[in-house]
Amino acid sequence: MIPGLGALTQDTLWCFSQVKGTIEIGATEDEMLLSLPALHLQTSEYHPLFQLPHGRLGPWCSPTGSPAPLSCETGCREGSWILVCRLLVPTQVSLLSMEEDIDTRKINNSFLRDHSYATEADIISTVEFNHTGELLATGDKGGRVVIFQREQESKNQVHRRGEYNVYSTFQSHEPEFDYLKSLEIEEKINKIRWLPQQNAAYFLLSTNDKTVKLWKVSERDKRPEGYNLKDEEGRLRDPATITTLRVPVLRPMDLMVEATPRRVFANAHTYHINSISVNSDYETYMSADDLRINLWNFEITNQSFNIVDIKPANMEELTEVITAAEFHPHHCNTFVYSSSKGTIRLCDMRASALCDRHTKFFEEPEDPSNRSFFSEIISSISDVKFSHSGRYIMTRDYLTVKVWDLNMENRPIETYQVHDYLRSKLCSLYENDCIFDKFECVWNGSDSVIMTGSYNNFFRMFDRNTKRDVTLEASRENSKPRAILKPRKVCVGGKRRKDEISVDSLDFSKKILHTAWHPSENIIAVAATNNLYIFQDKVN
Amino acid sequence: MAGAAGPGTGAGAAGGDGDDSLYPIAVLIDELRNEDVQLRLNSIKKLSTIALALGVERTRTELLPFLTDTIYDEDEVLLALAEQLGNFTGLVGGPDFAHCLLPPLESLATVEETVVRDKAVESLRQISQEHTSVALEAHFVPLVKRLASGDWFTSRTSACGLFSVCYPRASNAIKAEIRQHFRSLCSDDTPMVRRAAAAKLGEFAKVLELDSVKSEIVPLFTNLASDEQDSVRLLAVEACVSIAQLLSQEDLEALVMPILRQAAEDKSWRVRYMVADKFSELQKAVGPKITQDDLIPAFQNLLKDCEAEVRAAAAHKVKELCENLPIEGRETIIMDQILPFIKELVSDTNQHVKSALASVIMGLSTILGKENTIEHLLPLFLAQLKDECPEVRLNIISNLDCVNEVIGIRQLSQSLLPAIVELAEDAKWRVRLAIIEYMPLLAGQLGVEFFDEKLNSLCMAWLVDHVYAIREAATNNLMKLVQKFGIEWAQNTIVPKVLVMANDPNYLHRMTTLFCINVLSEACGQEITTKQMLPIVLKMAGDQVANVRFNVAKSLQKIGPILDTDALQEEVKPVLQKLGQDEDMDVKYFAQEAMSVVVQRLRKLDLPVKDCDEPSAPGADKNHFLRPRGPGEDAGKGPAYQLCVNPRETLAHPEIVGLVHFSQSRD
Repeated sequence: MIPGLGALTQDTLWCFSQVKGTIEIGATEDEMLLSLPALHLQTSEYHPLFQLPHGRLGPWCSPTGSPAPLSCETGCREGSWILVCRLLVPTQVSLLSMEEDIDTRKINNSFLRDHSYATEADIISTVEFNHTGELLATGDKGGRVVIFQREQESKNQVHRRGEYNVYSTFQSHEPEFDYLKSLEIEEKINKIRWLPQQNAAYFLLSTNDKTVKLWKVSERDKRPEGYNLKDEEGRLRDPATITTLRVPVLRPMDLMVEATPRRVFANAHTYHINSISVNSDYETYMSADDLRINLWNFEITNQSFNIVDIKPANMEELTEVITAAEFHPHHCNTFVYSSSKGTIRLCDMRASALCDRHTKFFEEPEDPSNRSFFSEIISSISDVKFSHSGRYIMTRDYLTVKVWDLNMENRPIETYQVHDYLRSKLCSLYENDCIFDKFECVWNGSDSVIMTGSYNNFFRMFDRNTKRDVTLEASRENSKPRAILKPRKVCVGGKRRKDEISVDSLDFSKKILHTAWHPSENIIAVAATNNLYIFQDKVN
Repeated sequence: MAGAAGPGTGAGAAGGDGDDSLYPIAVLIDELRNEDVQLRLNSIKKLSTIALALGVERTRTELLPFLTDTIYDEDEVLLALAEQLGNFTGLVGGPDFAHCLLPPLESLATVEETVVRDKAVESLRQISQEHTSVALEAHFVPLVKRLASGDWFTSRTSACGLFSVCYPRASNAIKAEIRQHFRSLCSDDTPMVRRAAAAKLGEFAKVLELDSVKSEIVPLFTNLASDEQDSVRLLAVEACVSIAQLLSQEDLEALVMPILRQAAEDKSWRVRYMVADKFSELQKAVGPKITQDDLIPAFQNLLKDCEAEVRAAAAHKVKELCENLPIEGRETIIMDQILPFIKELVSDTNQHVKSALASVIMGLSTILGKENTIEHLLPLFLAQLKDECPEVRLNIISNLDCVNEVIGIRQLSQSLLPAIVELAEDAKWRVRLAIIEYMPLLAGQLGVEFFDEKLNSLCMAWLVDHVYAIREAATNNLMKLVQKFGIEWAQNTIVPKVLVMANDPNYLHRMTTLFCINVLSEACGQEITTKQMLPIVLKMAGDQVANVRFNVAKSLQKIGPILDTDALQEEVKPVLQKLGQDEDMDVKYFAQEAMSVVVQRLRKLDLPVKDCDEPSAPGADKNHFLRPRGPGEDAGKGPAYQLCVNPRETLAHPEIVGLVHFSQSRD
């Protein structure tokens, strides 16, 4: 290590010097032309994959047989998504940083691994935009966090492309072994949450099953130069020749991004942490495991407050577990948590220091006609999210997404079927354990559209105003850069139309569990195994 | 690598060529950017030395610009830097140049780490006092404004703490601006900033003109006190104390009391907790009249709050509240308006509430006097002494002295004893530890007779507890008891029992004897130590367990200063010499260590010839590690050898230095 780079301690993980790599799009000038609608039209005539989906671009390009056009709500033209880039999490970070040619903007495609060869460790396990949308963080099963930054050059253009480049990569968690309980602790990153920006550096929380860590990601572009005891080449000088003192001077250097662990919040969870959520008071956050929720102060790592504990005295009486928890976006005292029984509890921390008793209880009465062996499993909530406005809560269970109004506890105001065609296949999904998959769900910036994942690399969007929905596919084979995504349709039994996919041919190993939506723009990030797809709303 | 040459070697090397001032400084400067945090920290802590060597001019033009950009560093380095810069005015050329220190502190005031920011603000406040009025307006106020309108909330939070120091010395126009800035921070978007502003509101109010307090601070206070985030509202309670002190009773009633009443009934338990926690301060700030009319009813509500945390905080304040009531009518108020609620709390469902109450309730007896105590408080004490929660009982016991003064402890002793015995045998060792710590106090209160009769056996039982911490506490307890009851008592009751344990089959108990001797020897004095304790210790030098043997060596070192020279020379030294050749490495080590101390002591007692002839005669003492060496011999070899064989280098170091000095002093 170069002496003098003071803060570069062993804690600092890999530093990138303008490494922007692993973007797998051939965004050369020629191909960008392809994104012009006129050319697309031409292409679409020959190539069904490039068919334009709906009439927003004009009646001349709305092919018959495609799903009805979605609305043109302001800021929500979700039918016209184009692929911006496919990002692969760099699998060999150290190798990358050792590359001599650090200025290589786009690293050769052959350098990247094809997703079919991806190891388990490369599978993306969480995706999260920061509060401005300038950064996008992913965590993977190998315990790494990769942060992507939005392309800077186009900042002054009227319409910025939503292209993201690698900004920083670091190993957040390592595999551990709990010797007292003889348990292996996986390094898999379960959740990442960004903190509101407080100075020029960025902060994020990352968690595996047991330990939450606070990371600082900061830039450095100056380096001190000049020693008293050494000359420019680093040779020691004879002490006798030192007649004047030199104070080091800071000189500009290549931009370096470094990630440093600032806090480690450990030893507070007996069970697996499934959620972390930052409070709107900016000084606390909570972490939820299967049976308990703890409240932490960002500055204090050696104690946390247990605010919810649903562990029964006798574990045999256990009937439900906490599956997700989140703070209200504006009211620092309110949070919700969901359970495996399909219910949501809202707690008010003002009422009492312990929130074992809920303030509100959201539950939809079960429809007896739909009752089956799998009812309980599929009603388990895998994700809960407050809308940006704080008025609604969205929950995802195995087959549906539901939107609840905070003021109405007895039923959701909206229910969307994500993949109802799977209802007949629950038995085989149970056998291959897919029925326990935990799909997440997200709101768009204006709370008017919701997005969630499905199988076969499909993901779904629902427009809450028009009640239109669309199925899109994030897969490598079917999409080229700047290509417009074609809506997919799954046919249920009977006659299969052209372009439709039969339920039986769905690939259940390709699941989209994690997605993220840019806080203010129509840019989405979709994680499909080790690929991260960035789609952008088609502008112009 | 810069770290290779430490300052220590540097000083020596530079000493040779005459230019002995520059080299160490050069090392310090280079180490400002060493990879090792500890070395950087060390350099930063000696920043004044560097600045002194550079002179004021170069400090201003070179050192400070460099420091301004070092905010990438570790927190502890930044913290040290922020602290150093607060005292740097003299080193940059006096008050005229104090403004040069602002840029580095400004960048430190924006870092994310709260402790560093707070320290930077503290230093800025310190430096602001050294600015001339002109410099203050030219440099300091613009800095405050920059921070207050910074993009990131870290800088805005830091700004909140700086208004009050520059306001009093600013011109009227600037004052208006400062007030404006403070106003906008009070309604900042981020709760962090609003909290910082709320926390500094009281302080800022104190430096404002009374008119401005009424016209500006009170509305701000009202807003903060009804903030949507309870984390902000609760800080307004604190501000309430300072503001209340500034206003007349009339204004207080009209402007502040409505808010305080509202806070005491806030929906959020955290705000109510804050009211309870700050109750004494509030009581003093609003004066007796409002206390009587408003605060007492509010306090009653807090004592029966639905949230246990609030009740506990209020219970903690019971004594202070009562003490601060005006003496006239105090008794009536307490008896009629407070005591009924206290009685309820004694049987509260939450143990934290009960133990909070138990920690202060005894204090009421001095306020209420003998009769009321016996009639009303005693039943409560007795009930709490029987409480199921050990903490409650402990808190009562720890405050016995208050009651003793008023009604005498006999009233309680019947209930006290079972409580103490139960705690002494509690299954949780922390509880046992806590009661041990109160033993000397109890002994003092109860008197030697009662103690010997009832408690002495407990104290002895603790010595053979299976938890080390308890045995350790029990030994220290013995010393305190001896100090209390005197040597004679020790000789009759304690020492024999302790010494019997030297023959215990359990080596841990035998070691306890040694630990007891370590602490008791000092309290008991030379005679008992030499006559009764020393023989036992010496006998134990032949113990079969090495742990016991090296503790013998340690004990001998410890009691050495108490013994007379004859005993040292005749009895201690031979034993130590024997232990010095023990087959166990640790025994050997501690024996040598003890030996060096003993030898030194003998030397001080002016027995040079007799002492040093003997061991320094070649071959006479096989303990060659320790042999004091004459100047002609290779003085370095012995200690160096010892360093090699000794696994505890750090421990050994001071001793070796001592030895070297010793041999030199003989020249």
